[in-house]
Amino acid sequence: MTQRLVVVGNGMAGVACVEQILKHAPKFELTIFGDETHVNYNRILLSSVLAGEKAAEDIVLNGRDWYEKHGIELRLGVRVADVDAEHKTVTGDDGSVTHFDKLLIATGSTPLIPPIDGVKKDGVFVFRNLDDTRALLDRAGPGKKAIVIGGGLLGLEAARGLQVQGCDVTVVHLMDTLMERQLDFAGGGYLKAKMECLGVKVLLERNTAAILGNGKAEGVAFKDGSRLDANFVVIAAGIRPNVELGRKAGLQVNRGIVVNDYMETSNPDIFAVGECVEHNSACYGLVAPLFEQGKVLAATITGNRGPVYGGTIQAAKLKIMGVDVFSAGDFSEKSPGSDPVRYEDPALGIYKKLIVRDGKLAGVILVGDTSESHRYVEWLRSSTDLTTMRRQLLFPGPATDSGLDVAEMADSKVVCGCNGVTKGAIIQAVHEKGISTLAQLKDCTRASTGCGSCTEVCQQLLKAVSPEFQEESKRSLCKCVPFPEDKLREILRSQRLRSVQEVLEIYGNGAGCEVCKPALSYMLDMLWCGDHDEDRSARFINDRVHANIQKDGTFSVVPRIRGGVTSAAELRRIADVAEKYKVPMVKITGSQRIDLLGVKKADLPKVWADLGMPSGQAYTKGVRMVKTCVGTDFCRFGVQDSTKAGIELERRLEHLYTPHKLKMGAVGCPRNCAEATVKDIGLIGQDGTWQVVVGGAAGKKVRKADLLLTVESTEEALQAATLFFQYYRENANYLERTYDFVERVGIAKVRRDTVYAPLAIQQGLRGRLRKSKQLARDAWLEGDEPKHPTQFVQIEPLEKIEA
Amino acid sequence: MNGDTKWVRVTQCENIPLREGRSLTIDTCEIAIFNLGDRFFAIDSACPHKGGPLSEGIVSGTTVVCPLHAWKVDLNTGCVVGQASSIACVKTYPTRVRDGVVYVELLIERSTEPQKLICLNDSAPDSCAR
Repeated sequence: MTQRLVVVGNGMAGVACVEQILKHAPKFELTIFGDETHVNYNRILLSSVLAGEKAAEDIVLNGRDWYEKHGIELRLGVRVADVDAEHKTVTGDDGSVTHFDKLLIATGSTPLIPPIDGVKKDGVFVFRNLDDTRALLDRAGPGKKAIVIGGGLLGLEAARGLQVQGCDVTVVHLMDTLMERQLDFAGGGYLKAKMECLGVKVLLERNTAAILGNGKAEGVAFKDGSRLDANFVVIAAGIRPNVELGRKAGLQVNRGIVVNDYMETSNPDIFAVGECVEHNSACYGLVAPLFEQGKVLAATITGNRGPVYGGTIQAAKLKIMGVDVFSAGDFSEKSPGSDPVRYEDPALGIYKKLIVRDGKLAGVILVGDTSESHRYVEWLRSSTDLTTMRRQLLFPGPATDSGLDVAEMADSKVVCGCNGVTKGAIIQAVHEKGISTLAQLKDCTRASTGCGSCTEVCQQLLKAVSPEFQEESKRSLCKCVPFPEDKLREILRSQRLRSVQEVLEIYGNGAGCEVCKPALSYMLDMLWCGDHDEDRSARFINDRVHANIQKDGTFSVVPRIRGGVTSAAELRRIADVAEKYKVPMVKITGSQRIDLLGVKKADLPKVWADLGMPSGQAYTKGVRMVKTCVGTDFCRFGVQDSTKAGIELERRLEHLYTPHKLKMGAVGCPRNCAEATVKDIGLIGQDGTWQVVVGGAAGKKVRKADLLLTVESTEEALQAATLFFQYYRENANYLERTYDFVERVGIAKVRRDTVYAPLAIQQGLRGRLRKSKQLARDAWLEGDEPKHPTQFVQIEPLEKIEA
Repeated sequence: MNGDTKWVRVTQCENIPLREGRSLTIDTCEIAIFNLGDRFFAIDSACPHKGGPLSEGIVSGTTVVCPLHAWKVDLNTGCVVGQASSIACVKTYPTRVRDGVVYVELLIERSTEPQKLICLNDSAPDSCAR
């Protein structure tokens, strides 16, 4: 008869253990109790949910279909209140009594509430589960003052999440340094500086005495008598193993439920796993040990007793974007024979410390640069003898073939510490399931779905092993801000960064360069549509003075002539300007515009005023022009009014910035006189229809544009063109022309994401374009009100040198 | 070199925006002055490559990038950095701020000729091309 296994706890440890149990025979009849009302989710990513980087549904580990597929009875929202070890039953808080043959206790832990007066008041929160996170998200908002009590991993992650939601956050910590369990005093100092740089305030050595407020939290009072106002308070002062059921079942309990190396408790039919257990006098609050325990327990409980759990090296990683903190092992310098090996650079915020004991690594602390954490974890795990490597401990060894590292790795080496996936398991999955992308690998093995720090190694393994490996092409923007651009756009959006310097200081080297500064300027403008701090110093000179710099330091001026259609009056004004300012060259451009070359910077505002025409943006990465043919008004062959359509297209998009310059064309018949097939966006008139084409080029490269869509009316053609325009603005890398963008993404995907996209997505694109357009203005209006008073004025020295 | 150094009052600090440069003509020299927040830098404005206006460049840390062909010039030494030849340099001038005014130290040559300004801060190597 099949035995019934009852699992109390639907968290990461319990369910991961069940996943392992399912791999063994014999099978159990399974019931899982969860006191939360959610399916199994990744608790370590709750801080990402709070920070708005992930939605609640993104962190689900096993959906309902998984439980159904394995015939697991799921009892959500039921807390197991009692256990009768003798009669083998558990009693839920709903009164239900369930029989078990084997019982698995995976009750995890609960937040530790320090002895503070008034913790029951409204507005006092903990941060442990999805409901807590939602409650915090409800309460958080711009301008709200939040106090987080506790400067450990969880407290800091909560603080940053709340700050991203707009709150004014202060972390209050009892000790004299942050994360004192994982960092030494110096490392804690670096972390504090980084948190303060993000805008999170930190108060150390503050002992909270009471939550202030009449029924509702209004602040806290400290033991030293000082006070701090707040709209709400979060307590993140540590966790406490949930051992009550263990006690009720008569198990041996110290701090946690005591288990041996086989994960057995003092009762042969009752097991325990995760944060609620104590093994070898250690309780674990991090994720990696839970998986290791789960594997051993699965073998034991299914009668395959043999594997043993030997404890886990404690390793912790702070999950705050831009704040790299890693710590593992024992970093105390006090034990005899301990050699601290340090490296620090206060300007870059990098601090590394290794503790070497008896020629082996005992502990490691990394702040500001955790790229080598894997190497150190491996040294810790395998007790590598470091004698021959002493000179290179803190620096990567000499460059070697990147494939070699993974080749040298043993099959039993754990690649993903969060999910306990070994190199062997990954290789097996690649061979058996024909995996060729990281996404597939994640789905299949769970590797790199936890904290994500092993992503690089997984990529390398795939590259080495999979015959059809497809690299997700992720080039960093530049050395100053080492993130791929899509990631950066996400960071800017989710972290609500609104100035180039802020981005550089938090996520980069603080300095920036001519590559990343204009790129970041563009991203901020695209994301916030002017609702940001536009820093002209981060823009190229052309975008400071709205003209194109020439080799002699003068500028060229191209007024906007929509569709290339001008008038006698306009031409007369242009001629007058050319004479008045002695413009050395007046030239008709290849884009049907008129270029005045050789204008002095100081004359620019006057030239613009005399022209009385808007900027043609011929100097910038933005909407250049729409070239048109004469359409139907005069041409014998024209079948669509391309002139009018082109002028309208130009009017709808002018003054906007784009990742690279954007040139358009509209032609009234397939003879293509205005060359629309080699433009970034082209409208090609046919009898009764328009073809909208994108990604054409006639520059460094010649490329025929791809057909986006064929439509009947001019309005539909304009709609399709502007939809693509905004899609390009939001998704292309900076300095990526449409023809490279369309080729990289593929026209099929471009169509799916734009003209064939669900209505809501199209509306989103249109809405954001509308918002940008509303705020975009003719840059030449700055002639009257320059962004800076000396922008166009030649500064005269206050003092002359007397001759 | 004969002559006196002189701190020349140049302009109000606020005339040079943060992390930007502005050019000034003092006597015959075109000098670019940069505001890096905690200090000001003054160098000759013409890029050693093709004479581009360094005052219009993007500031990157303590270097400025010429707007014409992206040559990078170190504001401390005046030397070109990066892959290009490092022996190309521009002159640098000491600066100071008093009462919200930027001063630049120039060398006034003592001679019968009308007073001439000469590069003062020769921190650049001797091979420095001018």
